[in-house]
Amino acid sequence: MINSGDTSWILTATALVLFMTMPGLALFYAGLVRSKNILSVLMHCAAICCLASVIWLAIGYSLAFSGDGAYIGDLSKVFLSDVTRDSVSGTIPESLFFSFQMTFAVITPALIVGAYVERIKFGAVLMITSLWLVLVYAPVCHWVWGGGWLSELGVYDFAGGIVVHVTAGVSALVIAKMLGNRSGYPDQIQPPHAPWMVMVGASMLWVGWFGFNAGSALTAGTDASMALLVTHISAATASLVWLIIEWLRFGKPSLVGLVTGTIAGLATVTPASGFIGPMGGFICGLAGGIVCYYCVDLVKVKFNLDDSLDVFAVHGVGGATGTLLVAILILPIFAGVGLGEGVSVFNQIVVQATGIISTVIWTVLATTAIVLITKKVTGLRVDDEDEIEGLDYKAHGETGYKL
Amino acid sequence: MKMITAIIQTHKLDDVRESLNEVGIMGMTVTEAKGFGRTKGHTEIYRGAEYQINYIPKFKIELVVEDSIEEKVIETISKTAKTGKIGDGKIFVWDIETAIRIRTGETDEQAL
Repeated sequence: MINSGDTSWILTATALVLFMTMPGLALFYAGLVRSKNILSVLMHCAAICCLASVIWLAIGYSLAFSGDGAYIGDLSKVFLSDVTRDSVSGTIPESLFFSFQMTFAVITPALIVGAYVERIKFGAVLMITSLWLVLVYAPVCHWVWGGGWLSELGVYDFAGGIVVHVTAGVSALVIAKMLGNRSGYPDQIQPPHAPWMVMVGASMLWVGWFGFNAGSALTAGTDASMALLVTHISAATASLVWLIIEWLRFGKPSLVGLVTGTIAGLATVTPASGFIGPMGGFICGLAGGIVCYYCVDLVKVKFNLDDSLDVFAVHGVGGATGTLLVAILILPIFAGVGLGEGVSVFNQIVVQATGIISTVIWTVLATTAIVLITKKVTGLRVDDEDEIEGLDYKAHGETGYKL
Repeated sequence: MKMITAIIQTHKLDDVRESLNEVGIMGMTVTEAKGFGRTKGHTEIYRGAEYQINYIPKFKIELVVEDSIEEKVIETISKTAKTGKIGDGKIFVWDIETAIRIRTGETDEQAL
């Protein structure tokens, strides 16, 4: 039975989540790169948006949300073949459920862009995205949300801590490693060319995230409302955490730092957002801000790995942190909805950790294979000269800024 | 005629322009410039990583004046652009052979 209130909200939420990628994430990333690569990053996000939408229609949705397989869906909904205007999913039209989920399938591979900017071949972006949606996103989405084995196991992932952020973050790390660092990294890399653009993009992501998390309730009621509240509190808290750490450590709180904290807080609260209360949101923000901050350093300095825009440290680590925190923050003492009958916190932590670890293992294996295939078919890196000149002109024949 | 080139702190441009107007200059050219002197550069920190910025933004102003006001112009720029801190910039002076106004074809002092 279709509920018009629920339908209205999810229509709105769908638009909000698409807005996260186009142009939120695109601007967030574009401001972080050098001016010679701004268009290439915008192009990556835009092309991924289009490509992921078509792949979602062709096969992604079917593999994620059909059949009763434990590991993967079937092909019954390829090109939405058995879905009509009147098909219903819960209390909303299935066409809308498809579209809402499509916007998630769009933003998740777009998050990975941050790992490979400024040096990847454009063909490799399209190839990696296509294979990744089918081999990583669709299966994990099926495991957690499509009735697969992790959902049977009782894993809690409200809006995509595992499905979106762990998959994207881990793949980012694998791709960055296999692709290699940008030439001159880390000493000769110039800083973000437009911090103001980073802030504008992050702000759009923040607003869009209301659709992402509160929309994941798939209804327009108490779950959506509380999810929106905790999302905002976590984002605000993590932003302040980042600001304070920088202020203490460097004497100056930076804008790029604050908005990076925002994204860390948003990623962290994502898996928990529908299950926790306001204090839970605050705690997610504290934890996400601190853990992600130190992971940025860990990846860059300790691993010397050029995950250029910190996708793993912010999204992967944030998403995993939130996924573990759900098991505790869901408790009624934190104003959460409470665990299932007879389930202990410890049991739930084990379930959550199982979800994360199995996803990490599958993602590493599948992404490695994808990168190896891509290397054979399109090649991975542009040549050194193109990298120095910048991808805007060399790959797309355009320049972002004219004198 | 002399050309006077001054590299100054970005926040001093308006003060310098105003005080030069009082001296009676007929025009000047301003360029956004970047460079380093004794200050070298500075560091900026993004997401915990330090970046060395080797060139600091400055304004370069250029004006050609009659010999008679050269000293006055130099004195004015020196006084107005000075903060007393490192990075205040420099002034260079050299001789100009000819000046021509494109619109009318006037030359030298008439062209300024």
